Amino acid sequence: MFGDGTIGGGDGRFPETRWSAVSAARSDDPAERRRALDLLISAYWKPVYKYIRLHWNKPSDEAQDLTQEFFTRLIEKDFLDRFDPARARLRTYLRVCVDGVVANESKAAGRLKRGGDALHLSLDFSAAEIELTRVAPALRQIASPGSIEDWFEKEWIRSLFTLGVECLREECERKGKQIHFRLFEIYDLDDAPGGRRSYEDLAREFGIAATDVTNYLAFARREFRRIVLAELRKICATEDEFRREARSVLGLDPRDND
Amino acid sequence: MNWLSDDAIERLREAGSEPELAGTPYRMLERLGRGGMGTVYLVEDSRLNRRVAMKVLEVADSSGDLEQRLLREARVLAQLEHPGIVPVHDVGTLPDGRIFYAMKFVQGRRLDEIARDSASLPERLRLFQKICEPIAIAHSLGVLHRDLKPENIMVGPFGEVLVMDWGIAKVLASSAESSPINNEVSAIAAALTGIPLKTPPITAQGTVVGTPGYMAPEQARGEIAQLDQRADIFSLGAILKFLLSARDGGVSAANHSTRRLSAIIAKATAPAPSSRYDSVQDFTGDIAAYLDGLPVKAYPETLLERTARLISRNRVAIVLVLAYLLARVLLILWRPH
Repeated sequence: MFGDGTIGGGDGRFPETRWSAVSAARSDDPAERRRALDLLISAYWKPVYKYIRLHWNKPSDEAQDLTQEFFTRLIEKDFLDRFDPARARLRTYLRVCVDGVVANESKAAGRLKRGGDALHLSLDFSAAEIELTRVAPALRQIASPGSIEDWFEKEWIRSLFTLGVECLREECERKGKQIHFRLFEIYDLDDAPGGRRSYEDLAREFGIAATDVTNYLAFARREFRRIVLAELRKICATEDEFRREARSVLGLDPRDND
Repeated sequence: MNWLSDDAIERLREAGSEPELAGTPYRMLERLGRGGMGTVYLVEDSRLNRRVAMKVLEVADSSGDLEQRLLREARVLAQLEHPGIVPVHDVGTLPDGRIFYAMKFVQGRRLDEIARDSASLPERLRLFQKICEPIAIAHSLGVLHRDLKPENIMVGPFGEVLVMDWGIAKVLASSAESSPINNEVSAIAAALTGIPLKTPPITAQGTVVGTPGYMAPEQARGEIAQLDQRADIFSLGAILKFLLSARDGGVSAANHSTRRLSAIIAKATAPAPSSRYDSVQDFTGDIAAYLDGLPVKAYPETLLERTARLISRNRVAIVLVLAYLLARVLLILWRPH
């Protein structure tokens, strides 16, 4: 669903593909549409679910239904047809759409139960619930609408990075570069109580030279960046939006020839 | 998949923006911090087996203006040879397309961090004189720093001073044509990077560059074309004020000595450039005069104040003369008739 075949591509810092899930999701080709929506759902379902749970203060079962409802509408081209990239970023637009779905459902006298023929996405809500216990305290401090946008962006980046890391792990395993990923995991992902371990310490543990630690980490970081940027480009509607999101997510500003 | 904490996300963002060093002689060691126009990393130059600071442009704006500025900073630094100015070792383009330059790795503390350390007034004034030295050299080559502030000044463990962040430095128009900065090195930098440089790089009239609180009024108004060395002198005056107030809470006008020092700061930071010192040498000359107990240009003394200062400066000699005269008088009075 995410990051297929992007690792170890060209030498450029930014992906060359210009395929956009937003455009493909409006395609008449069912396979193309399905691929695009899978990608959008994988990147957005957790932030959307957490947002409904915490910002709208919905219980878990109701938030699950609303999340399913939201993505069903997305699949049915309810939302993406109206999206204008010149007016907003996709993630901002989708969050506003979520607000609309939840508000409309709340206005109705009781939620409409979706019929038996309604699409049901297989989403791991229990994992999202576990994550919620960690992000809930941060959301309680949110006061302004701008802060809510920032919180949603952070959750979206968390979702994007989580999928990127998973993709990197799979690719490293496939290419026999497990040590590369393990070093990346220890050095960049783990929250060690005493802070980051030194390269020398890691080199001793893995029986390699300290310069190898540097090189392996550089490889893993480079591939992680490539994966994230490739997927980011896919879930952005326009080149301009991709540039802005790349800047937000990784602090990078793509060049014209990237 | 494990949970990614907020800290992990920040580390990934940093790792994701890390420059690509594969195929270069540099090896990444750590991220030092964000500077004026880019991020600074500590890297090892494997050719010479030494650690250097690498400044990498993070933002390639569509106009290329920031890129031009980073390259210009490298060019400016390359020409300003002084122990108080960080030497540039290398400039070029990384495999990921980002512009970098490598410079001496400076170990020390920023002026704003050490200003509260206990040091006597003369010691702080002598430190300030060291800050002025590289600026005077730059001015003599027709270069204005334009962003002088405590955060851009590093003080080494032996008291050596380095002025950092020449990213918005300006080459004065009068010296632009003849300045080696705009001739010799531009060709080298362009050859290394493959990017032709605008000569001289332009900051449009009306553009405000600098730091509030340390920026001269004319600079804050965006009067780029009118800027000269007196804009830097204003910033140096503000730094002197900061340096003296950080520990003692400011220079009061309680006595003659502090009135003279306050007058020096007031002259350096006068709103009108014409009321300031004409050169850094004039400014440091007044500081030296103050330290030596001599009259300063910034403060016209009254006869009484001049007398008091002369007495204060020649206290030992005066006491010796008076003691001698007293001894003579006593000798005359007590001599047996």
